[in-house]
Amino acid sequence: MKRYDLIIVGAGPAGLSASIEAAKRGLSVAIFDENSRPGGQLFKQVHKFFGSKEHKAKIRGFRIGDELLSAANALGVDVVLNAIVIGIYQNKEVVVNIDDEIVHYKGDTVIVATGASENMINFRGWTLPGVIGAGAAQTMMNLHGIKPGERVLMLGSGNVGLVVSYQLLQAGCEVVAVVDAAPRIGGYGVHAAKVARTGVPFYLSHTIIKAVGDKYVTGVEIGEVDKEWKIIKGTEKYFNVDTICLAVGLSPMSQLLQMAGCDIVEDPKRGGTVPVCNHYGETSIKGIYVAGDVSGIEEASSAMIEGRIAGIAASYYLGYIEEDELIKEAYEQEKSLEKLRQGMFAPENKGKEILKTDEGYDVSISLLRNGYLDEREVDKYPGVKRTKGVHPVIECSQNIPCNPCQDSCPKNCIKIGQDITALPIFDDTTTCIGCGMCVASCSGQAIFLIDNDREKEYSYVTIPYEFLPLPEVGSKGDALDRSGAVVCEAEVVEVKSIKAYDKTHLVTIKIPKEMSLSTRFFKQLKEVY
Amino acid sequence: MGKINERTRDLGHFLEMADDDIIICRCEEVTKGEIRRAVHEGMFTLQEVRKFLRTGMGLCQGQTCGKLVKGIIARELNISPNELESSTGRAPMRPVEMQVMANERKEG
Repeated sequence: MKRYDLIIVGAGPAGLSASIEAAKRGLSVAIFDENSRPGGQLFKQVHKFFGSKEHKAKIRGFRIGDELLSAANALGVDVVLNAIVIGIYQNKEVVVNIDDEIVHYKGDTVIVATGASENMINFRGWTLPGVIGAGAAQTMMNLHGIKPGERVLMLGSGNVGLVVSYQLLQAGCEVVAVVDAAPRIGGYGVHAAKVARTGVPFYLSHTIIKAVGDKYVTGVEIGEVDKEWKIIKGTEKYFNVDTICLAVGLSPMSQLLQMAGCDIVEDPKRGGTVPVCNHYGETSIKGIYVAGDVSGIEEASSAMIEGRIAGIAASYYLGYIEEDELIKEAYEQEKSLEKLRQGMFAPENKGKEILKTDEGYDVSISLLRNGYLDEREVDKYPGVKRTKGVHPVIECSQNIPCNPCQDSCPKNCIKIGQDITALPIFDDTTTCIGCGMCVASCSGQAIFLIDNDREKEYSYVTIPYEFLPLPEVGSKGDALDRSGAVVCEAEVVEVKSIKAYDKTHLVTIKIPKEMSLSTRFFKQLKEVY
Repeated sequence: MGKINERTRDLGHFLEMADDDIIICRCEEVTKGEIRRAVHEGMFTLQEVRKFLRTGMGLCQGQTCGKLVKGIIARELNISPNELESSTGRAPMRPVEMQVMANERKEG
């Protein structure tokens, strides 16, 4: 039986990070993953990540996946793909199905980083072809280059639902609506806003009544729900769609741990059936650790840190490092993790209604209900100031753990401070040079450049743009407001695509001056797709 | 868990519901009505329902329906789904063909 110091189950963000920390401390490490490609969900994440520099903020998920994978390979980690772990037995014997064989391995320590599976909900017609999980849609688009459908309805307004809706738009699908039974949008407001400004309507307090179709989905009926989650008669709405995407949460895939004999609890705050573990991720069985979504649903950034902690802890368990190194290095990681777990979307705030930011600003009700800030309330946030010349307008109104805008500005115009969940402040005593770095760095695409002084009658608005093909300079199109409604005609005056922007293109449009407060998106006149 | 296992609980009469014919476990084609009826016939845990109806024993191993079945049983018993234990995790974690199962790699 082949022996490893550490066997990791799952080559996602948590598993890869764990392998790196352990291998660089001298452990022999193998990772088994049932998929044909490593990276877990990372290679489907084409958007820029949140957090700060230490969390790899503003880097697109798949690039982080590349980085982790090559680091693991360089350290000599055996990443075994198409390898299905079917059980963990006494003395940490890990049984793996590889090709058409059953292979036994012995791990002196084991880290289970199996991630999560998508939740489903059932309604009439939910078994029709065309009803898919949001993760499945992402796999089709971003891994296999297949368009999931032409017209899509998204159920679920958490970050997964919002991010996938945006990616569907990028892939050239029409998203007819984002629907959620909850009365408020669950994900980051900035994610909702970038979907809303393309014209996608949000239906909160609504759910799917049925999927319609004979052999496959041809339509969907939704309706408004009352306080008891019953459909209110007369509120039914029908959409012609060929795809219904479900983004209704994730469940930890903890079955392997349960099978291995680790203590398990039901914890709805962590997403379901999860292992009991300490702050190093160690379960009730000494030497078996967990990291990532399997120990509680969060996101990739925290999964990577949990993986690192588990990797460090496993190194200590086997005597590769001393206790003081464990304590010191795990503490550094825990501090970094703590930073991500702050703000309105912190795990402890799950399900809570928060009406004020940490700074005391009102949270926009329009953002929570409609997916976009009301034009009249934008001014009150500290990132929005009307000044002379070109300047950023930062429509960031929620405490989310993110600060790349502060780091990206070469003129220090944007201030967030130590607390990365604080709202960015635009310092209007500084001079913006209009480089656009902040616009491209904002993972939430919430920063715009506005210049009201270049011409008398016109304003120049620069927007982040991630759709192809890019508009041509000189072409005309529609200026859209935050809700996606056409406000006026716009002319494209500049399209900037530099390497530092990392595929976020900056499109500058010229519009009549009075429209500069409302214009936040641009739609090309000719058929875009 | 003691409470759930009180087999003397009175669940009242089994009343048919309009959506009883909706399939919940797709792999084994088990409907909502069948699950509800099983609870009324005395299967109070996920484990019992699984053994009785084969919910969650198909290709996806309950990945899709696990939470749904839990919700239906809980509603029938009038308890919170969190009071119900998930069904037992057992090897093999994924469906494996018998011929593969019997084909252990010879150690060199």
